[in-house]
Amino acid sequence: MTQYETVIGLEVHLELKTDSKIFCSSSTSFGGKPNTHVCPVCLGLPGVLPVVNKKVVEDAILVSLALNCRIAGFSKFDRKNYYYPDMPKNYQISQYDLPIALNGHLEIELGGELKKIGITRLHMEEDTGKLLHQGTITTTPFSLVDYNRAGVPLLEIVSEPDLRSPEEARIYLEKLKSIIQYTGVSDCRMEEGSLRCDANVSVRQFGKEEFGTKTEIKNMNSFRSLQKALTYEASRQIDVLEEGGRIVQETRTWDEGQGITLPMRSKEEAHDYRYFPEPDLVPMIIEREWVESIRNRLPELPDARRERYVRDYSLPVYDAGVLTSTKEMADYFEACLNAYSSPKTVGNWIMGDLSRLLNANNLEINECPVSPVNLASLLKTLDEGTISGKIAKVVFEDMFATGKDAGTIIKEKGLIQISDEGSLSAIVEEVIAGNPKSVSDYRSGKDKALGFLVGQVMKATKGKANPELVNKLFKEKILN
Amino acid sequence: MIEKSDVEHVALLARLELSDNEKEIYTRQLNDILGHFESLQKLDTTNVEPTAHVLSLFNVFREDKIDRHLPLEKVLANCPDREEDCFKVPKIV
Repeated sequence: MTQYETVIGLEVHLELKTDSKIFCSSSTSFGGKPNTHVCPVCLGLPGVLPVVNKKVVEDAILVSLALNCRIAGFSKFDRKNYYYPDMPKNYQISQYDLPIALNGHLEIELGGELKKIGITRLHMEEDTGKLLHQGTITTTPFSLVDYNRAGVPLLEIVSEPDLRSPEEARIYLEKLKSIIQYTGVSDCRMEEGSLRCDANVSVRQFGKEEFGTKTEIKNMNSFRSLQKALTYEASRQIDVLEEGGRIVQETRTWDEGQGITLPMRSKEEAHDYRYFPEPDLVPMIIEREWVESIRNRLPELPDARRERYVRDYSLPVYDAGVLTSTKEMADYFEACLNAYSSPKTVGNWIMGDLSRLLNANNLEINECPVSPVNLASLLKTLDEGTISGKIAKVVFEDMFATGKDAGTIIKEKGLIQISDEGSLSAIVEEVIAGNPKSVSDYRSGKDKALGFLVGQVMKATKGKANPELVNKLFKEKILN
Repeated sequence: MIEKSDVEHVALLARLELSDNEKEIYTRQLNDILGHFESLQKLDTTNVEPTAHVLSLFNVFREDKIDRHLPLEKVLANCPDREEDCFKVPKIV
């Protein structure tokens, strides 16, 4: 059988977190009643003039810099004409031939190797309104239109066709999301639609230079469905070619329920967008000084931060990557380090128990009930021997559930570690007396038996016995 | 050269219903307009920068501030059909 290679490029739409819309002063906030966050401009009423929101341009430049793009010195907006009720004007204001930025890249890690993925362009445009269908989409003769989202600022980020597998595409999107979250301009929540992704997919025989015919895949609402949809689509195309067929260039939609892509009914001749320069908006000249002042706002980005963690904290690359994957997690980690200086220990707790509880409760780390200071003081208490490692995990669960600090919980529940040799000695002797078989096993060299004996003491003390001390007492009493 | 089929295509994109007579008229008029641009093409524009806008203005921005919204009754005032505070339109696609 012929070996095929998959070629993927992604088009990402990103909703910016501005207060007002891109061309008018209507609110961008979610959850308003239908058609209450609108004004004459975003409704496209006659005689109105759009005016560009300066923050949108600054956010676009900030993201462009984070993605190593070349910022245009001169940029303008264009009209994209199409007749569809999601835009009241019958056109969308977008950017066509002079986008704000071109020629960027980001790096993804694949099996320990870095791969550079090109970014073709980045441009600004307005979001569309929402069409709500009554009943099922196939039976209802009507759509209801809510224009609250019409005019919300979007960035469109187009990658080069540099991605060679569905997994690479997912990793690229995760990296893009991470970088953009660091810049703070968008929430990047795929499930809520503030980050949306379409994919261009084609396959070609290995070793061939020219690209195969591509299809465009839409409606992938999570990282998982992106990877699933692309995997399906690549194998569908290979099947068509293997059967001697040809790929039709078309737009297909991902059907999550059936796990397949289906051709979309095309908006009749809709792809004739007849772009022309937007006469209602004057062009932009982007001065170097403006770009540089925005560059100063650029935070330390995930790649640089990960390298710093490896260099300064001697963390394994994997740990450093996980801890810097979101800015919030890295900030939390560093806040802990301010109060407790062992990076490896803090990292293990964040990647282990903390992440587990956050996931189980569907919380983000900035919503974590345990503050960095409280986590640090728990770790100090552990180091001081006030509680055992086992108890620390119990205390942590409690801290997470109640928001209380470690000291309070340890006091309230009487969880202080028993490190008093006298009282432990008595319990150890009881366990020796009650388990002669294990005692003789241990004496004859079976170390495993010691674990069992220590476990009995832990059981008797509800996990509060100091394990090192218990170990020492058994050794003294049995072996000597 | 603009053909009648081009006029029909553009009319469809703009959702205009044209009579045969109108199609003939618009085909002729659009060709006249294109003819005028052909004469403009003869100008030597070697040293002329492409024009993005007729005004010599740049960088007109507003601050990111929210202002008043239009009251719902006014939003829907000219709407031929409404339901649940939404514009009601025939389903498309």
